[in-house]
Amino acid sequence: MAKILNIDNLGKTYSSGSKELTVLQDISFDIEEGETFSIVGPSGSGKTTLLGLCAGLDQTDSGSISLCGTDLGKLNEDERAQLRNKHVGFIFQDFQLLPTLTALENVAVPLELRGDKNATKRAVELLGKVGLSDRIHHYPSQLSGGEQQRVALARAFCNNPSILFADEPTGNLDAETGEKVVQLLFDLNKELGTTLVIVTHDLELAQKTQRILRLKGGRIIEQQTVVG
Amino acid sequence: MIEKKTTPYSKAGFSWLLKMAWRDGRASGGKLVLFMASIVLGIAAVVSILSFGENLKDNIQLQSKALMGADFIIDSGKPPNERVLQLMDSLGGANAKEINFASMAAFPKTDAAKLVQVRGIEGGFPFYGELETTPVAAAKEYQAMGAALVDATVMFQLGIQPGDSIKVGNITLPIAGVLNSVPGSTAIFSSVAPPILIPYRLIEETGLIQQGSRVDYEYYFVAKKGADMEQLDKILDPQLDAEDADLDTHTSTSERLGRRYDNFGKFLNLVAFISLLLGCVGIASAINIYIKEKLRAVAVLKCLGATRKQTFMIYLIQIAIMGLLGGIIGTVAGLLLQQLFPLLLQGLIPIEIQIAFSAQAIFMGLLLGVLMSVLFALYPLIGTLYVSPLQTLRVGAEGVKKSRKALLLVSFGITMFVFLFALWLLKDWRYSLAFVGAILVTFSILGGVANLFMKGIKKYFPISWGFTARQSLLNLFRPQNQTLTLVLAIGVGTFLISTLYFTKDILLDQASIESNTNSPNMILLDVQTGQELAVANTIEKNDMPVLDNIPIITMRVESIKGVMSNEIRKDTTSTINQWVLNHEFRVTYRDSLIASETMEAGEWTREVTTKDLVPISVSDNFAEDAKVQVGDELTFNVQGVLLNTVIGSVRTVDWSRMQLNFSIVFPKGVLEEAPQFRVLTTKVPNEKQSALLQKELVKQFPNVSILDLRQVLSVIEGLLEKISWIINFMAFFSILTGIIVLLGAVRTSKYQRIKESVLLRTIGASSKQILKITALEYTYLGVLGGLSGILLSLIGSQLLALLVFKTSFVPSMFPFLVLFPGITLLVLSIGLLNSRSVIQSPPLEVLRKEGR
Repeated sequence: MAKILNIDNLGKTYSSGSKELTVLQDISFDIEEGETFSIVGPSGSGKTTLLGLCAGLDQTDSGSISLCGTDLGKLNEDERAQLRNKHVGFIFQDFQLLPTLTALENVAVPLELRGDKNATKRAVELLGKVGLSDRIHHYPSQLSGGEQQRVALARAFCNNPSILFADEPTGNLDAETGEKVVQLLFDLNKELGTTLVIVTHDLELAQKTQRILRLKGGRIIEQQTVVG
Repeated sequence: MIEKKTTPYSKAGFSWLLKMAWRDGRASGGKLVLFMASIVLGIAAVVSILSFGENLKDNIQLQSKALMGADFIIDSGKPPNERVLQLMDSLGGANAKEINFASMAAFPKTDAAKLVQVRGIEGGFPFYGELETTPVAAAKEYQAMGAALVDATVMFQLGIQPGDSIKVGNITLPIAGVLNSVPGSTAIFSSVAPPILIPYRLIEETGLIQQGSRVDYEYYFVAKKGADMEQLDKILDPQLDAEDADLDTHTSTSERLGRRYDNFGKFLNLVAFISLLLGCVGIASAINIYIKEKLRAVAVLKCLGATRKQTFMIYLIQIAIMGLLGGIIGTVAGLLLQQLFPLLLQGLIPIEIQIAFSAQAIFMGLLLGVLMSVLFALYPLIGTLYVSPLQTLRVGAEGVKKSRKALLLVSFGITMFVFLFALWLLKDWRYSLAFVGAILVTFSILGGVANLFMKGIKKYFPISWGFTARQSLLNLFRPQNQTLTLVLAIGVGTFLISTLYFTKDILLDQASIESNTNSPNMILLDVQTGQELAVANTIEKNDMPVLDNIPIITMRVESIKGVMSNEIRKDTTSTINQWVLNHEFRVTYRDSLIASETMEAGEWTREVTTKDLVPISVSDNFAEDAKVQVGDELTFNVQGVLLNTVIGSVRTVDWSRMQLNFSIVFPKGVLEEAPQFRVLTTKVPNEKQSALLQKELVKQFPNVSILDLRQVLSVIEGLLEKISWIINFMAFFSILTGIIVLLGAVRTSKYQRIKESVLLRTIGASSKQILKITALEYTYLGVLGGLSGILLSLIGSQLLALLVFKTSFVPSMFPFLVLFPGITLLVLSIGLLNSRSVIQSPPLEVLRKEGR
C-alpha cells in the first residue's frame, strides 16, 4: 500500500523569551493509506504538536513531513491550507465549530472553500448520516456537546479527506456520548476508506486502531501494531 | 454507502467571501450596529455641510442677477468724471442710478433719530429680484409719490407706520411703505445703518452732500442678452480703475459672495470632520476587541483550508459593508439635516435657498463611510493575517504578533487620507498640513495623558486606599481596558466645545469697548468746519465730555517714489497693492501718538513750518502694501492740490480697537487750511441719554452722522451669537459621537465586567460595592477626559489669542462650571446605566448567560 504520511527525523523547538523548549525530537514513522493510527502519551509528551505538524498547521524546525506525496516543507502557509482543504479532515477535542454559523453551514464550509456547488446538498447528506437531520439549522450554542462533535464529524468527512486527524475526539464528552461518537467515527472511516490518525489519552480508544505510537518527552518510545 | 467523489479543487470566489461575511455578521449584528453608529453622525455632519454648501453656491449663481438687481454696476466714491460718463454712454447709458450715504434720519412722530443708509434711486432698479414692501404697491409708487421706503426693523423698533413721515437732512418725506428686503442686502450686515430708499431727485434737497461726506455713486446696467460679463470686466475695469471708478458684474459679485460663505463652510466642515474622526477612533477600538473575539474562528477556517487572504477578506468585507451602511444612513441623515440650515442661517444669507440633493455630497458621504471605517479597522484586521491555524489545537499558545511595519503603514495611510480630505476641502496644502498637525497634536496629547495616567497609577498605586477605590483604579489599566479610547472620545468632544467658547471670548474681547472713562462710545461723523464749536457745545450742554475733536482731510495717492499712480496701475510687474492707488484716504494731523499706536521705525514729527517735503507717519500695513519705508517720498492729491511728503515714521496700529485709527498722519502746521471736516467723540452714560443727545443733534445739525458704538457692539455680538450657534450645532455632533463611542466602549467591555463582577459577588462583594467601583471608574475617566480637553483648549486658545489676535483674554467660566461637571456626569450615567444589568442580576443567572 502507498504511504500517505511519511515523517522523517522530525524535530520542533519553541522559544519562550530566552528559553528554548524542545517539544519533539528524532521522530520518524510512516502511515499507510487507509490505516488507522493512534498517538498516545502523557500530557506534555508532544502528541498534539506532532498532530499539528503532520497536518501542516505549523512548520518543522528539522526533518521532513510528506503528506499525500507532498513535502510540506516546500509549501507556504496558503499552499498548506489548500492541501488541507483537498486531502485533510479534522476533529478537535473542543469541537471548534464556528459559533456564528449553523450546523449546516459549518459542515458546508470546507466544500464551499473548494468551490463545490453541491456543498449544501452534501452537508445535508452527511448531517443525516450522523443523525442530525432535524438540527441542521441550529447554532453550535443550541446543540449539546455530543451533537456538536457529530457536526464536527460531518464537517471532517464532507470533503472526502484522504486522511483525518482527530485530537482527543472524546476528551470533552461523557463516556456514553463519547462511545457513540467513536463508533460513528470508525463507521464513517470504514465506509470512506479514510486514513485515521487519533491523538488520545484513552488507551481503550487507541486499541481500536491498527497501530499505536507512544510518545514521552517528545521522543518515540514505542510503535505497536494492534493485533486483531 | 457514501461514494467517494473527487471534486476538482477550485478556490472559493468573492461570492463565498460575501456569504461568510454575512453569516458571521448576522450573529454579531448588535456589535456591528454600534460600530456603524459611531460614524453615522460624523458623516451626517459632513454631508449636510457639503450638500448645503453646494446648494448655496448653486443658488447664489442662479440668483446672481437678483443679488445685484442688475447685470452690472459701475460705482465710484465721487461724481463720475467726463471719461467715466463717456464710457457709460458707450455702453448705452445706465438703466438706473443711485446715490447713497450714511446719515441720521429723524422720525417726527416718535421724536426718534437713527443712523440710516440713505439710498436715492432713479430708474427701474431692481431689474432682477424684487423690492419687497408692505404694502406691495409701495415699491412701485414711492418714486412718483416722492416718498420713502423705510427698513422693516427700524419701523418696528421705533413704532413707525406707513403714512408717518421721515426727516432726512433738510426735507421731510411721507413713508410709503415698509421695506422688507432689497436685492443683495442681509439683515445682520445692514443693521448698523439700515436702508431707506428715496427718489434720486430729492437727494440734492436733503443738503447732506457736503465736504467730506462719504457718498457712493452707483449706475445700474442691464446687459444685452448673451453679453460676456467676463470680457466686459476685462476690458472695462482697468479703464474705470484709472478714473477711480469700479465695475462689478453680477457674476463677479456672486463669486465673491460664494467665496465668503465657502470659507465659513470649509471651517464648519473641518469641525464636522473631527467628529467623524472621533467616530473612527471608536471604530478602531471596537474592531480591535471584535477581531480578538474572532481570532479562534480565523484559526478554524485556516485549518479547514481557507487562505490568509480569504480570512482577512471576510472581515474586511464585513467592515466595508458596515461602513457603507453607515455612509448611507449618515448621508440620508445629512441630506435631511441640511433642510434645517436655512433656519439657522436666517439673516446671514441674502438669498432664498432652494434645497436640492448634491451628488458630490452623496458620493463623498458613501466614500467617507467605507474608506474611514476600513482604514481605521485595518490595523486590528491585519491581526487575522498572523493567526496560526495551530491555535485550534493549543488555544492562546501564541499571541498574535502584528508587524510594526503594518502599524506604520496603516498610520501613514490614515494621516494621508486626513491630509488629502483637508486638501480637497481647503485647496491649500499649508492649511491642510496645519490641520493634520493640529489633529495629531491634540490626539497625541490626549492619548499621552491617558497613557501617562495609566503608567502613573500603576507605578504609584495607592495601596493604602480602600478596596473599592483601589479596584476602580485597577480597572483603568487592566488588559483590554478602554481608558485610551474613552479619554480620547471625552477629551476631543470637550476640547472642541470649550475651544468654541474661548474663541468667542477672544473675539468679543477684541470688539468690546474699553470700560475706562476716557474711551468714547459715540462718534459724530461729518461735522463741517464751522459746526464743530456748536456741536461741541451741544454735547457739553448735555453734561457729556467732548473726548476727541479730530480734523479729517481726504486725499489720494498721486505718486509713490516718483512714479505716478496711473503708471503703477499699468505696470504688470508692480507688487504695490491696488487699494493704495484707488483709495480715498481720510487723513488727520496731530502732534502725538494715540493709545492704539506704537512706533515701529523712524522718528515722529510733531510740527512743521514748511510745506516743501512734509515728514508724515504711515501705518505698517500701508507701508507693506505700498512697498515703502522710512525716507521714501509720496505725493498726495489733496482735492486738486499736490503735496509732497516723505515717510518720517512707520507706526503699528491696533485696528481692532474701537476708535478712530488712521493709515496716514500728518504733523501739525500743514493741513490746517485745507478743506476738512471733523469727527467728534463723546461718552454717553446710558441709552436714554444717547437717544436724547442724538435727537437734539439731528435737529440742529442734520448733516452730522452719529455712530453709537454700543449699538455696533450689540450687532457684532448678535452676529457672533448667530455664528457660534451654528458652530455649536456642529460641535454637538462631536459630543453625540463621543457619547456613542463611549456607549460602544462600555458595551464591548461589558462581558469582561460581568465576569469580574460575578467573581467579586461570588466571593462576597455587595451590589453597593460593585456599583461604587463602577461609579468611581467612570468618574475618573470623565474627570480625566473632560479636564484634559478643557485645559488643552485653554492652552490652545491662549496661544491663538497671543499669536494670532495679539491680545490676552479672560476665559469664560462655562467650560469649567457647566461643561466639565456635565461631561463627567454624563460619562458616569452612561457607565452606570450600562452596568445596571450586571449589578442587578444574581451571580448564577449571569454565569449562565455568560456561558451561553
